[in-house]
Amino acid sequence: MVKRIFMASVLVLCMGSAIAQAESKELTVSAAISLKNAFEEIGRLYQAEQGVKVIFNVGASGDLLRQIAGGAPADVFASAAQKDMDEADRQGLIVSATRTDMAVNSVVLIVPAGAKTSVKSFGGLSAAAVKRIAIGNPKTVPAGRYAEEVFNYYRLLPAIRDKLVFAENVRQVLDYVSRGEVDAGVVYATDAAARPEEAKIAATAPEVSHKPVIYPIAVVKGTKNETPARAFIAFVMSPEGQKILHKYGFRTGK
Amino acid sequence: MDESVFFSIRLSLQVAAVATALIVLTGLPVAYMLARKDFRGREVLDVICTIPLVLPPTVTGYYLIILFGRNGFIGKYLYALTGWSIMFTWYAAVLASYVVALPLLIKIARAAMESVDRSLVNASYTLGHSELSTALRVILPLAKRGIVAGTVLSFARAMGEFGATLMLAGNLPGKTDTMPLAIYSLAGSGEWSQAHGMVLLLTLLSGIFLYIANRYSRRII
Repeated sequence: MVKRIFMASVLVLCMGSAIAQAESKELTVSAAISLKNAFEEIGRLYQAEQGVKVIFNVGASGDLLRQIAGGAPADVFASAAQKDMDEADRQGLIVSATRTDMAVNSVVLIVPAGAKTSVKSFGGLSAAAVKRIAIGNPKTVPAGRYAEEVFNYYRLLPAIRDKLVFAENVRQVLDYVSRGEVDAGVVYATDAAARPEEAKIAATAPEVSHKPVIYPIAVVKGTKNETPARAFIAFVMSPEGQKILHKYGFRTGK
Repeated sequence: MDESVFFSIRLSLQVAAVATALIVLTGLPVAYMLARKDFRGREVLDVICTIPLVLPPTVTGYYLIILFGRNGFIGKYLYALTGWSIMFTWYAAVLASYVVALPLLIKIARAAMESVDRSLVNASYTLGHSELSTALRVILPLAKRGIVAGTVLSFARAMGEFGATLMLAGNLPGKTDTMPLAIYSLAGSGEWSQAHGMVLLLTLLSGIFLYIANRYSRRII
């Protein structure tokens, strides 16, 4: 019996070290969830070129920042807002010299594709027929903060505050709208493009109505994989990487 | 503590109280049937009622959205008739807590009712009491400890419900953010100090409930 337990322990340890071995050839990228589809494609190409496996940890930029601050083993941080990257920089969590702006997005109002209540503009949100509006939780989701800025620009916030439903990340907003659980939602243009058959764009927020949606990327300080991490950022900024971001609806090359 | 914390505490207690009341009202008849009736599909009914005990709450939440969402199998008709949907309301938190906590009462009450001495039940029938009267005057009082333990555990579980609630009721500050949801938000935005009070309160209350449930359930066996 004791022998068996011993053998089992040895086996588990061997497996553990095998996993640890594999991990050394991996790069962990904590990315804003709006980058998901574009980054997955970039990751595949990067892996093919450099032979380093890329693992993506996607979520709301604020949550990712909190994870990195808590010691999550991320090598690269890509945020959907300057605010979260500024915060990471201030707390000394990133290698400042590697910080680069990589893409620009726009903010759109979406409605369920088969919606009866037709909201055609941000102003239409104050109509009585619009009962629920989903936005990202402004505390952790940059898209939610941009949404609030747009609402403020149109002086809508007092009229619609009670209709707001806070989602944990921008893709959850998209999901709520796609399933028709809410009447409208605010996401990025690139998210709306991800499920065109279920959610349609009702209006695009003018650039003056919110802070520019610029995505910064940087190497996380203290990573053991600084070389592949720098290479990943270089790849994102290369014509090939920028072309993929462009394909998914981001604006690039400024 | 600020107002939003008090709101979360009050909402959690309110949701747990309403859910527990519904659990006792519906769970006891089900537990009685499972314990004392022999019918086809009895164990299937038990599994259906108690499977949320072992399912991840996200799976339970998923089913509830499919059933009660605005475009769900039931929610669709409700919305068409009344223009109202349970999603993102505190009723959704009650529904989630109800479904997740119901199995605890059913499991424990069923076991307690099954352990009631058959000869006492038979004596009651022989003395001319109807089934309802026997259930209320003999079985329920003898199974009381198990029922109380099950109720207390259900309340504690309902108060701590998170996964299914998050999916069904959203996390709306001042509307549906029960203590577990509020703690999750506060931790997500780095406001740990605000969450301390609620974390301690939930731990304390859960500990007390567990203690009460243990004291009651130990004496039935």
